[in-house]
Amino acid sequence: MTMELPDSLSLTPSRDDVRASAVRGDPRTEPKAIRIAIIATAVTFLSVFIMLPLVVVFAQAFSRGIGAYVAALSNPEALAAIRLTLMIAAISVTLNLVFGLVAAWAIAKFEFRGKTFLVSLVDLPFSVSPVISGLVFVLLFGAQGFFGPWLASHNIRLLFAVPGMTLATLFVTFPFVVRALIPLMQEQGTQEEEAAISLGASGLQTFFRVTLPNIKWGVLYGVLLCNARAMGEFGAVSVVSGHIRGETNTMPLLVEILYNEYQFVASFAIASLLAMLALITLVAKTVLERHLDEGKTSHDH
Amino acid sequence: MTIEVRNLVKRFGVFAALDGVNLRVADGELLALLGPSGSGKTTLLRIIAGLDWPDSGEVFFDGEDALLRGAGERHVGFVFQHYALFRHMTVFENVAFGLRVQPRAIRKSETAIRARVKELLDLVQLDWLAGRYPSQLSGGQRQRIALARALAIEPRILLLDEPFGALDAKVRKELRHWLRSLHREINVTSIFVTHDQEEALEVANRVVVMDKGRIEQVGTPTEVYDSPASAFVHGFIGESIELPVQVTDGSVELDGNKLALSAEGVSPGASRLFVRRHDMQIGPADAGALRGEIMQVRSFGPVQRAEVVLSQGKTVIEIDAPRDRDLRAGEIVGLNPRRYRIFGA
Repeated sequence: MTMELPDSLSLTPSRDDVRASAVRGDPRTEPKAIRIAIIATAVTFLSVFIMLPLVVVFAQAFSRGIGAYVAALSNPEALAAIRLTLMIAAISVTLNLVFGLVAAWAIAKFEFRGKTFLVSLVDLPFSVSPVISGLVFVLLFGAQGFFGPWLASHNIRLLFAVPGMTLATLFVTFPFVVRALIPLMQEQGTQEEEAAISLGASGLQTFFRVTLPNIKWGVLYGVLLCNARAMGEFGAVSVVSGHIRGETNTMPLLVEILYNEYQFVASFAIASLLAMLALITLVAKTVLERHLDEGKTSHDH
Repeated sequence: MTIEVRNLVKRFGVFAALDGVNLRVADGELLALLGPSGSGKTTLLRIIAGLDWPDSGEVFFDGEDALLRGAGERHVGFVFQHYALFRHMTVFENVAFGLRVQPRAIRKSETAIRARVKELLDLVQLDWLAGRYPSQLSGGQRQRIALARALAIEPRILLLDEPFGALDAKVRKELRHWLRSLHREINVTSIFVTHDQEEALEVANRVVVMDKGRIEQVGTPTEVYDSPASAFVHGFIGESIELPVQVTDGSVELDGNKLALSAEGVSPGASRLFVRRHDMQIGPADAGALRGEIMQVRSFGPVQRAEVVLSQGKTVIEIDAPRDRDLRAGEIVGLNPRRYRIFGA
């Protein structure tokens, strides 16, 4: 399509109109062919790299029928892994919720020395490879580790046991809640808290009646992402787990073990649970983001 | 309740927000803290409220040391510039907040709380908004709700930080009159911060003019307008003509020309001459302390504003003259200040 200006009176009015509309066309859009090409590329990419794997997971899981799928999931080893995953996730999400709230509160509402340092420290678990996060705990609590001898003499077993796996998960998922809350709390400022204090509210009353209701969607958002990662974490947990069957295998670890043993149906059955978790997380995330946006737009005063 | 502030100092890093402030506020007064931004007026207000703490100095409420108490124990109603309404609560719950967070021993019954909130919403004439959320209100409505919320705890002192700063001009004027009549009704010792001189002069019983962390002058609106204590106050309040002059032996020189003005009591040296725009009388060319040529005349309201280039010093000044005198561009006129003040530079 040409973009030249209508140049003379000899043009018929109808052609003039066509050209004028081409010239006046929305400058933000591209010609149809290019639009189709771009959209097709995106759709192809998403189908091959995201939709297809998801479909394959479920196809493999159900490849020998629903019976085999249910049997794979009700296997004691699988049930133990599901139970362990839920427990570790529950503990680390709860603790990280508390740590996250406290850290975000301190960072967003107060000025103090070393604040920038603290903010970068919060991000550390994101910037470090999960394997290293796991190794750190081996170096700290392992038999030859820093606290190893002391722990051994007191008969406390952290490594290759649930506490160690929980610690590793806790470390890896720490930033989610903090990261979700800091920008929100910074944007909201401290005036509402000051108003509450000057009206006679105590610190706790201010937190539970003013601060928390204002950030509740952000908290849920952080908890959601934290939970998804806690249940799906592989690297850090793998290093500290010791892979004791029925005892220290979480769902992601069991998926790998079963796969290596060529038990594809069992492996993909567990994987399908994780995939469903991902889908639910995705939907919940979209809903929460809408609430967060609403919160922002209604806060124009 | 009287407030007394002694030798208050507050620094933020190297910046002195308050640099030795002394102030007494009488019971039932409506006081304005007026000054440009960064003059320390909001810091002073926040220290009185207990939202900030001074580096040194004392604050007394009725002779009692207020610095021993936290913000929540001072019974001070604070109204924020940006309202700071609780956005997740209805208007009703916002106003009720201060009553609901009281310790159980002295907390009112639910019926009593409801009655009190209703009463306050009637007072600010917004009872019909009780079920709305802050985001559904206009700026002026939010400000009145913020005031009702502050009054709910029956404060002994009411502090307002730039209460009308974020509102448009028309709403601001309405609320000024409303605030003054409200103060007459409830008669609580009140301090409000503003950078708008008109607001301060129109609403307050007394005005405190601040600059760079210090109090420049305290006085009634008439006093600060008619007898400014310093060059800063003269320049800040009302519209003034300011000319750089030289004072020698009680006589005044502008750009080497001696003016027919007396400078008795002013120490010699470089000084500044201040005249209110409406105090500069326009007369025939050969009479008056100053001479100038009219560049432009604009008429509006009760005055006409003339832009005049002075023959002495070639400075351009603006003069407000009554409309009955016929002024034309190009006319050479003599200027005589009816009242003027000279401050050392």
